Amino acid sequence: MHDLDELQLSRRGLMAAGAATAAVSVSPPTAVAQDGPDAPVTAKVAFTVNGEKRSLTLDTRTTLLDALREHLKLTGSKKGCDHGQCGACTVIVEGRRINACLSLAVMHEGDAITTIEGLGSPERLHPLQAAFVKHDGYQCGYCTPGQICSAKAVLDEIKAGVPSHVSADLTAAPKVTEDELRERMSGNICRCGAYSNIIEAIAEVAGGRA
Amino acid sequence: MKAFAYERARSPREAASAAANDPGARFIAGGTNLLDLMKLEIETPRRLIDVNGLGLDEIKPTRDGGLRIGALVRNTDLASDKRVRKDYGVLSRALLAGASGQLRNKATTAGNLLQRTRCPYFYDPNMPCNKRRPGAGCSAIGGFTRSHAVLGASEACIATHPSDMAVALRLLDATVETVRPDGGERTIPIADFHRLPGDTPHVETALARGELITAVTLPRPLGGQHAYHKVRDRASYAFALVSVASVIQKDGSGRVALGGVAHRPWRVEAAEAAMTQGAKAVGETLLAGARTTSQNGFKLTLAERALGAAMAQARA
Ligand SMILES: Cc1cc2nc3c(=O)[nH]c(=O)nc-3n(C[C@H](O)[C@H](O)[C@H](O)COP(=O)(O)OP(=O)(O)OC[C@H]3O[C@@H](n4cnc5c(N)ncnc54)[C@H](O)[C@@H]3O)c2cc1C
Ligand code: SF4
Repeated sequence: MHDLDELQLSRRGLMAAGAATAAVSVSPPTAVAQDGPDAPVTAKVAFTVNGEKRSLTLDTRTTLLDALREHLKLTGSKKGCDHGQCGACTVIVEGRRINACLSLAVMHEGDAITTIEGLGSPERLHPLQAAFVKHDGYQCGYCTPGQICSAKAVLDEIKAGVPSHVSADLTAAPKVTEDELRERMSGNICRCGAYSNIIEAIAEVAGGRA
Repeated sequence: MKAFAYERARSPREAASAAANDPGARFIAGGTNLLDLMKLEIETPRRLIDVNGLGLDEIKPTRDGGLRIGALVRNTDLASDKRVRKDYGVLSRALLAGASGQLRNKATTAGNLLQRTRCPYFYDPNMPCNKRRPGAGCSAIGGFTRSHAVLGASEACIATHPSDMAVALRLLDATVETVRPDGGERTIPIADFHRLPGDTPHVETALARGELITAVTLPRPLGGQHAYHKVRDRASYAFALVSVASVIQKDGSGRVALGGVAHRPWRVEAAEAAMTQGAKAVGETLLAGARTTSQNGFKLTLAERALGAAMAQARA
């Protein structure tokens, strides 16, 4: 893909050059400090993403999702609703799945973050990625990175004994059943409706593990 | 989203006094409600005080046989705690019936208590709302009211409180512990914590400005059968239309509280005297004074039947 996103068009440069020449002036990214009540505030944050240390200086408003996608160019995690409702932005932070869209990047100082890019690669798929391919656990694929990160955490949660709404006995160890997987995956919406294949994919991996 | 300064609080007391001295300041815990509202500019803090690092994330036994739950304990951790699962099942059940796995991993005890209504007009900045802008008027009254309150509402606001956890805490007679800006501490019985809307629906709790919740305490276990029946439009991941938290003893006596019907968890202790006489008898007192619209009257039927289901389950 072309590095279009690296280009920053300067409006004034464009106008000065006029329409006759196709020249585009590229201005270096500068931290623009403005005064006034709405002036952006920036802050530094450092965390580990997929095993790599990253340090960023960000507008405090930047969500973890935007930090990953827009600043670190890890575009696997998706922005669906941007309000914690669809689960497309699900990433794993300190071993737990969260909605990256409802969390500020600056609140993750020192955290270890895993995104879909960190779970596996096209050459070395994570078992869940391979199972999603095998079972057709998607159609358009937009929700898939979130589904897979969520699924990874769901299996860990069941192992750790975290109960769910459908666990019949709160004091017993939860089991990997279809009902359990459906309930636990309910925070990940699939607009194409690939749910039954998603559950098959997760169940296969869980079965292989147990 | 409006720009804001961000800082990490170093002690509960410091957090409280910083927030009290700056009307533009807000605490942030899990952020799952506050950030959502900030994106819509329904909340516009100029300063966020992060309370995650204050060490308020432990669950400890109390001297009188109860449990003290830190304000920053995550919903997942509270629902999974062995003591809570064994002795306060209704609380685990209520938490697990709320939101999603991802959200529960972030959501905190205090944040959950303080989450704001899901009234669709509250979420729509183009519509007048007394909760968003006192005196602006209430768009829900005369509008779409299927999800709105049938008990304790006012001419100013008919919103419901969306928390499932809070319904269980009300049932269990929890107390909310706080630190005030001057460093003083106080405890607020959960029954007095959430307010009815009256003519100030924007004032939702008993907390003063800057007051920080440090813990929620549960009294000693009640025994009995614990259940949380949540009736919603989907089988999972939806707010309650009506919910019933119950603890019922072998002889049929017990406690019940409702969610989804009022501006706060709804419990009427006097109604519990009729527990052994069935759902209708309890409903007579519990639902007394209800005011419905043409769209939400079904909530009364639903409440009574969910109550009946809880009682039947406890007998089984
Ligand atoms: C898609 C979706 C579905 C949901 N479904 C449900 C559901 O079915 N049932 C349900 O009950 N909930 C549901 N929720 C709401 C969820 O439970 C809340 O967002 C969550 O509990 C809020 O906790 P938090 O720690 O993230 O709060 P935050 O967003 O961090 O804070 C909320 C408020 O509490 C204040 N605050 C936080 N900590 C303190 C403290 N220690 N002292 C004083 N003030 C404090 C903040 O200033 C803020 O005003 C849902 C949310 C979403 C996004
Ligand atoms: S019911 Fe309450 S929250 Fe909803 S529009 Fe009316 S005043 Fe606002």
